[in-house]
Amino acid sequence: MTTKQLKSLDTVVIRFAGDSGDGMQIVGSEFGNTAAIVGNDLATFPDFPAEIRAPAGTLPGVSGFQVHFSANEIFTPGDQPDVLVVMNPAALKVNRGDLPDNGILIVDTDAFDARNLKKAGYEQSPLEDGSLAQFRLFAVPLTSLAEKSLRDVEGLTTKEKRRNKNIFALGMTYWLFSRPLDNTIKWLTQKYAKKPQHVEATTTALRAGYAYCDASEAFQVRYEVPPAPSQPGLYKSIQGNEALALGLVAASVKSGLPIFYGSYPITPASPVLEALAQYKNFGVITFQAEDEIAAVTSAIGASFGGRIGITASSGPGIALKGEAMGLAVMVELPLVIINVQRAGPSTGMPTKTEQSDLLQAMFGRNGDAPIPILAARSPSDCFEIGFEAVRIAIKYVVPVLVLSDGYLANGAEPWKLPHKFEDLPDIPVHFHTDPKGFEPYRRDDVTLARPWVKPGTPGLEHRIGGLEKDRLTGNVSYDTANHQHMTDVRAEKVARIVADVPDLEVFGDESGEVLVVGWGGTYGAIHSAVRRCRSDGISASQIHLRHLNPFPANLGEILGRFKKVLVPELNTGQLILLLRARFLVDAIGLNKVEGQPFKVREIVSRIQELSA
Amino acid sequence: MTTAMDGPKLTKKDFVSDQQVRWCPGCGDYAILSSVQHAFAKLGIPRHKIVIISGIGCAARFPYYVDCFGFHTIHGRAPALATGLKVSRPDLSVWVVGGDGDMLSIGGNHLLHALRRNVGIKILCINNRIYGLTKGQYSPTSPVGTVKKSTPMGSIDRPVNPISLALAAEAGFVARTVDVFGPHLQETLLRAAAHEGSVFVEVLQNCLIFNDATFSNVTDRASREDNVLYLEHQKPLLFGAGGDKGIRLNGLKPEVVRVGEGGVPESELLVHDEKDESLAYLLSRMEGDGFPTPIGTFRTQEHVSYEAAAAQQVRTAREQKGEGDLMKLIHSGDVWTVP
Ligand SMILES: Cc1ncc(C[n+]2csc(CCOP(=O)(O)OP(=O)(O)O)c2C)c(N)n1
Ligand code: SF4
Ligand SMILES: [Mg+2]
Repeated sequence: MTTKQLKSLDTVVIRFAGDSGDGMQIVGSEFGNTAAIVGNDLATFPDFPAEIRAPAGTLPGVSGFQVHFSANEIFTPGDQPDVLVVMNPAALKVNRGDLPDNGILIVDTDAFDARNLKKAGYEQSPLEDGSLAQFRLFAVPLTSLAEKSLRDVEGLTTKEKRRNKNIFALGMTYWLFSRPLDNTIKWLTQKYAKKPQHVEATTTALRAGYAYCDASEAFQVRYEVPPAPSQPGLYKSIQGNEALALGLVAASVKSGLPIFYGSYPITPASPVLEALAQYKNFGVITFQAEDEIAAVTSAIGASFGGRIGITASSGPGIALKGEAMGLAVMVELPLVIINVQRAGPSTGMPTKTEQSDLLQAMFGRNGDAPIPILAARSPSDCFEIGFEAVRIAIKYVVPVLVLSDGYLANGAEPWKLPHKFEDLPDIPVHFHTDPKGFEPYRRDDVTLARPWVKPGTPGLEHRIGGLEKDRLTGNVSYDTANHQHMTDVRAEKVARIVADVPDLEVFGDESGEVLVVGWGGTYGAIHSAVRRCRSDGISASQIHLRHLNPFPANLGEILGRFKKVLVPELNTGQLILLLRARFLVDAIGLNKVEGQPFKVREIVSRIQELSA
Repeated sequence: MTTAMDGPKLTKKDFVSDQQVRWCPGCGDYAILSSVQHAFAKLGIPRHKIVIISGIGCAARFPYYVDCFGFHTIHGRAPALATGLKVSRPDLSVWVVGGDGDMLSIGGNHLLHALRRNVGIKILCINNRIYGLTKGQYSPTSPVGTVKKSTPMGSIDRPVNPISLALAAEAGFVARTVDVFGPHLQETLLRAAAHEGSVFVEVLQNCLIFNDATFSNVTDRASREDNVLYLEHQKPLLFGAGGDKGIRLNGLKPEVVRVGEGGVPESELLVHDEKDESLAYLLSRMEGDGFPTPIGTFRTQEHVSYEAAAAQQVRTAREQKGEGDLMKLIHSGDVWTVP
């Protein structure tokens, strides 16, 4: 055996790509988990088709998973891969354009047969025509090597053995980046606890892939990516949807109100339903409704009954919930509505990310029906946003809308865990029980919240509904002045939530040339871009909105301190419309709707242009 | 389960709210309201434990007029909202009131699913075969050929039969009653209240403004006896003046026969059985063609209610995993420490 070289790298982006049935999501997320355990900072980006199994070997069937892992602090899954692992010709075709010259390309040659080449639209094999010469190509018969490594494993068909090619490939990448195998072995052992022959097969294939590189002449260099310095504490890797579910549960425990979660399955929001269904021992009731209208109305019914009603969907389902959200505004009950956004309009591109539902969140109801809006900025931030949404809903007795997106929902990053129960804010709850002088719409002087009364409270029998109501008694009222008053007070109540919205902190110079303003899931890309520009000597600063209604109190004043305001959004310009209308600022948009997150360089080059 | 009342005995008056009733004078809803208030007084449930949820329509104004908790929601969605409430608060007696349009048109989907899930809510579908509140368009229960403002040449779609639909939707308790049959209506409500799972009661109602006399065959005193078949558990299906007519099975088809002298003996008649699925459906299809309109309970079936099953899962989860421990949950999984 030759001695191999070991090189140290600061940061690496690796992408696994293959057919939907090739298990790319599994190996990608396992690679990410191991990077987390090793102590790298990381961000992941799964990118998969909406079809569960599009025809095998075709371009639409290609599924990918990108992991950015680093010895430094990072904020995005990376613009482009340094290493690309492809399991078939279609995956090569779809992804090769992203791999820079000299990038590492690992290819399963077994999949490059005539049929697969044809399905991917290759006239001749790119492995043989020299068209991959600019890459560091490792052409390896992954499938047959995986099969061979499992020769002695009993109880598996040849087909099942060959399926372990993805784990074999994972083993190879573990060798390449000097990763330990034990974490993944532990995971595989748990995952297949009931099928010992699969435990044996997967762990053997993993080790075989590792050993293959170790022995192969072709692999002369391996790399290490040292741990990233991070603040002391406990961490785990978390996806946005998981974090959101945990945030809701945490708020439920803190408030003492059990969750009622009404939802109808939809990509990419369903995992929140599935996660919460695991937490019944927290008193959570999950209700898989017949449609999104039933999902939201059942949640309103639950809030009326004194639970915390929560509902989630994606754009099409939120459209269906519109009328009921108006009802919640009118009857003023706590409620949390979550929109895990995806590319629209209509069914759009279900598995692709976008931020194009902000204006729907702001205005997507009949009548003047203001709703507070929060937006998470990273996968782990979904925890805090979920928690905060419940807190505000209860404190102000009001429906609250949360915006996440497919990128946050499925992406993962290290999350610094709250240490103690006391680290989480308290959520005081007050149910009104005193019949003396009770009026259903008499408000708290400060928050303008109306009393929250549970049915079953003696002496407080009263009626609420979607018809306009008298400002105190809540009885139906068609009085013109009363309608004006109630419309104003519903708006004022939302505006007063600003007392619970922290002031924005500017990253970079407090005033200067270019201010980049973002919201939601673009935080990481914008932050990386602004840092890069600043290190190049450009006066660029960043603010990022997690509160979109009401805006933080100091937003207008900050906007006024910069010569240029750039607003990158994954839509055709929605926040910018709100900023222009509200602050009369001549902001400049950077807009993209390709179903993909921003690349850092796209934002960098726009900042460079503006500061030139 | 609803708790028995400790306080003083309630009367109808206790359930009259301070809101002025705004239905048209002579509307069948008045009689229904009065029967509901009477029946509620007899339930033995304190006012604060009763909730009425409604959608939109004339009938759906109901909650405003009954002095208990009430929620006038949005068109068609009352069964869904009530589901969330009942699952969250099984201790409450939850009633849903709405019209034929509200429940069978825009809300048809929610009705179907609330019934099949066996949520313990009592649904009163007030059927006047018309959209009252929007001023008289035909509804999903209007007969073919209904001429109204939106159907000047007559409606062309076949109506839905609410009872057949409720039976097919697996409702636990399915009954029909009539706005002006006060005692029958009250008795039906009391039985409905005592039922554990989902309840569907169709109340035939007269909208005298837009669809007057649509059920006159049932309500006219002169013809009532010949046109109404009172369903009673374990009793033969007799109707007509002095019970001179009955329903007999001919093969799989029901037929009207004369009973007694010159007719068939009572022993040949069908006997009502509330547990019999097929019989319930057969009875629900009897309409016109010389058949009487069946009134009463078509079917009852006992299954565990949705809210009880949901609560049981929470208990089971707690037994298996222990009461949820937040910090343990947050700190579970692949956690690492940065010193
Ligand atoms: C979303 C929506 N669509 C339409 C309406 C208008 N609308 C109100 S009541 C009603 C029909 C009512 O008919 P029904 O349910 O039979 O009640 P009735 O008035 O006959 O008692 C309609 C169409 C509405 N309020 N909301
Ligand atoms: S329109 Fe018909 S249903 Fe409505 S209140 Fe008048 S009579 Fe009653
Ligand atoms: Mg009607």
